[in-house]
Amino acid sequence: MELRINEQNFTVIAEPDLPLLWVLRDLLGMTGTKFGCGIALCGACTVLVDGQAQRSCVLPVAQATGKKITTIEGIGTSPAGAALQGAWQKINVPQCGYCQAGQIMSAAALLQAKPDPSDADIDAAMSGNICRCGTYPRIRAAIKQAANDSGQTK
Amino acid sequence: MSAVVTDEFTSSKGLSRREFLLQLQAMGGLLLVADGLQTVKAADAPKYGADGMPHGTVDNPLVFLTVGDDGWVTIVVHRSEMGQGVRTGMPLIVADELEADWSKVRVQQAPADEEKYGNQDTDGSRSTRHFLDPMRRCGAAARMMLEQAAALSWNVPVTEVRAVDHEVVHQKTGRKLSYGTLAKRAAKLPVPATSALRLKTSEEFRYVGKGGVPLVDGHDIVTGQAQYGIDPWFKDMSFAVIARSPVLGGSVKQFDGNAAAAAPGVQKVLQMPAPVPKATFHPLAGVAVIANSTGAAIAARKLLKIEWDDGANGSYDSDNYRASMQESAHKPGKVVREAGNVDSAFKSSAKTIEAEYYIPHIAHATMEPPCGVARIIAGKVEVWAPTQAPQVTREDVAKHLGILTENVTVHVTLLGGGFGRKSKPDFAIEAALLSQAMDGRPVKVTWTREDDLHHDFLHTVSVEYMKAGVDAAGKVSAWLHRSVAPSLATIFAPNVNHEVGAELGMGFINMPYDIPNLRLENPEASAHCRIGWFRSVSNIPHAFAVQSFAAELAASANKDHRDYLLELIGPARKIDPNSQQDHWNYGESPQRYPVDTGRLRRVIETVTREAGWGRQFAPRHGQGLAAHYSFLSYAAAVVEVDIDEQGRIVAPRVDVAFDCGPQVNPERIRSQLEGAVIMGLSLAMFGEITFKKGRSQQNNFHQYRVTRMNEAPADIRVHLIPETDWTVPLGGVGEPGVPPIAPALCNAVFAATGKRIRSLPIRDQAKRAT
Repeated sequence: MELRINEQNFTVIAEPDLPLLWVLRDLLGMTGTKFGCGIALCGACTVLVDGQAQRSCVLPVAQATGKKITTIEGIGTSPAGAALQGAWQKINVPQCGYCQAGQIMSAAALLQAKPDPSDADIDAAMSGNICRCGTYPRIRAAIKQAANDSGQTK
Repeated sequence: MSAVVTDEFTSSKGLSRREFLLQLQAMGGLLLVADGLQTVKAADAPKYGADGMPHGTVDNPLVFLTVGDDGWVTIVVHRSEMGQGVRTGMPLIVADELEADWSKVRVQQAPADEEKYGNQDTDGSRSTRHFLDPMRRCGAAARMMLEQAAALSWNVPVTEVRAVDHEVVHQKTGRKLSYGTLAKRAAKLPVPATSALRLKTSEEFRYVGKGGVPLVDGHDIVTGQAQYGIDPWFKDMSFAVIARSPVLGGSVKQFDGNAAAAAPGVQKVLQMPAPVPKATFHPLAGVAVIANSTGAAIAARKLLKIEWDDGANGSYDSDNYRASMQESAHKPGKVVREAGNVDSAFKSSAKTIEAEYYIPHIAHATMEPPCGVARIIAGKVEVWAPTQAPQVTREDVAKHLGILTENVTVHVTLLGGGFGRKSKPDFAIEAALLSQAMDGRPVKVTWTREDDLHHDFLHTVSVEYMKAGVDAAGKVSAWLHRSVAPSLATIFAPNVNHEVGAELGMGFINMPYDIPNLRLENPEASAHCRIGWFRSVSNIPHAFAVQSFAAELAASANKDHRDYLLELIGPARKIDPNSQQDHWNYGESPQRYPVDTGRLRRVIETVTREAGWGRQFAPRHGQGLAAHYSFLSYAAAVVEVDIDEQGRIVAPRVDVAFDCGPQVNPERIRSQLEGAVIMGLSLAMFGEITFKKGRSQQNNFHQYRVTRMNEAPADIRVHLIPETDWTVPLGGVGEPGVPPIAPALCNAVFAATGKRIRSLPIRDQAKRAT
């Protein structure tokens, strides 16, 4: 099976219904994308597939072939991704940090669709991502900061 | 008081020290210091703080830091990072005393080795409290060695040189030598004696107490490079999941693994070892599926046919158990603290008020579920684990594999959340056992979320019964509190039916109210699932009951809650915990750490002032207050709520005032308190694990709800009480923010709606009555 991940081509041998998450983590050793629930309830495994936020824990790998997959390892090459990573560090968002890859991927999809998101937009885009440490207020602040930073560079 | 050590315990050579300690506590003894299996009699001088922990502290700079020729300083962190910021905070202390430039500091994680590094148990809100001073000494000693090396190089008295910002300066001539240049020479010098160390004054601190230091792991986290326990990866690695006994103490009667073994990618199906009578940290009985990916293992596990023997806990039922706890709460129980005469005071009271509070089991639900990686090469085991207890992990892996501890290396990864769950390394032992079964090949075991919620070491379940006698003015003259909850000591010892000292001392017997007649009782309760410590532990139910009840008494007396609470606490004074029958005191000296009601009053006064206490609100909108002393720190919270007709609660703003003494890294203290607010709201709103037929009923986040972005307060304001006197001993930070949140929320719900919540979780209890 051919996959295009972070602008690179990969060939994997996998059952077509194996979730993309395990292809990334276990077959390819790309462990930045995290496992949290396995049934698309927590968002830890979020990746972009053709620019859309997708829960890789329930996405059969066969449905990702021929598409452009972006993971946390590759999101920094996009202006929005880089702005988010910068804002996340500036505001010291993470506590344990485990969910933050998924948070940043969901936020990247949000900023792509809405460069200047409202609080309601942030709630709608981010409520599928659980943070057990409770970094939500800082995530919200960092998304606004990143939106602001991206705006200034335009 | 002395501890009775039964034959069972003295003969249990395999017990770790920590298990032994807890067993002593479980028997009602003091927190005695155990050196190996040799107990110290209670009459001997007790050891406090880090000295009372296994392996104490180490302050040798040669262990904790190196200065390279290139000037890079490498600082070793021996405590586990789980979001509390210890990998930033601990090196920051060393770097400050070292007078190092933070941009030239690297951090290295220590493997499990307590003889080398001192105690590594990262729990009890202890890391900074116990290691501030040893880490300061490390940094100061190395700084003085660098100064000495420079003085020798210039052949001048050491009194003429001074370390400043990563170099040593000869003050008379202005000559300078960089740390990198001096490193080799300094390393050969003797380490100064503790008595000879010149520690910085607090005015000289450049990082400690200042903030502005970015997170050590911040960049790795946001770029996906950070290594958690679930992340080690080898090309020849196998991936495992385990079907575990759904009931504690259950075992595999028989199983058919043929279909699973034939599933795509599966390499092996095997039975895990049988359970043991005490749960401790043993892996649970079950059947493992090992495959070429975790996804393949999860899919194949569904094909297992297992017949379980449920054992003794197969009838555990949360509804029935709650009823039995309620029954116990209304009968006299073991008296754990008494003053005056409560019964006669009740009779002479103008009014008596009673209430009963309930908190169910709560799961940690760390975002990184339990997991671990192990491989074995030539009899040497390597484990990578997100563990809060590195040394326990090492000893337990060795014990389970029947090898010497020195043949086990435990690499401590980042923890994707801990909250107490990852102090119990069953997951790491599983990984090691499975690697052994695969002839030493690297194996990663991952718990699915379902596994995590079915087999957690849960927060206890509790019924707290309160009764107060008040005079005509509403002043409390008599106080009865019965706390009923299965103890966490039940995983270590049989026949434990009472809360141990470490649980009683969490806001129950050490409640600081100025009441002449009081009796605190602890009726029996037995455990039927694994009970463990969950962030702030027994403070959660005790604070919920006491702080809710205080608000109920204020309402009954038609008094302002804040004023009433301050009156209940009474004047500022320092209470000896021993006088409250609390001989535990978080393991700290009662002289250094009395219960200081002045500090408790101050956080209440601060938080109410900052939150604008007493403001008028629209209908179904209001504020609630709660305050609680735990882990030697003082916390008070005001939660503001807005509640719709259906009972959906929004908390737009939460204020927290916090006094933990001096603050090493205020930025991470704030983040811990922000997180504690959300964890507290989460458990109050949604947190509940229930059992039927011995089985946990919640499978995943749709049934075990936790607070999400749209439900979290947008505005959390943390008010840290400044403390610039560094002789004041430090309090804990990671846990004490949690206990006041649930009662403050429920008090706010009462203020907004008149509905008193006595049973958590709240869910839709605040909906408008029809």
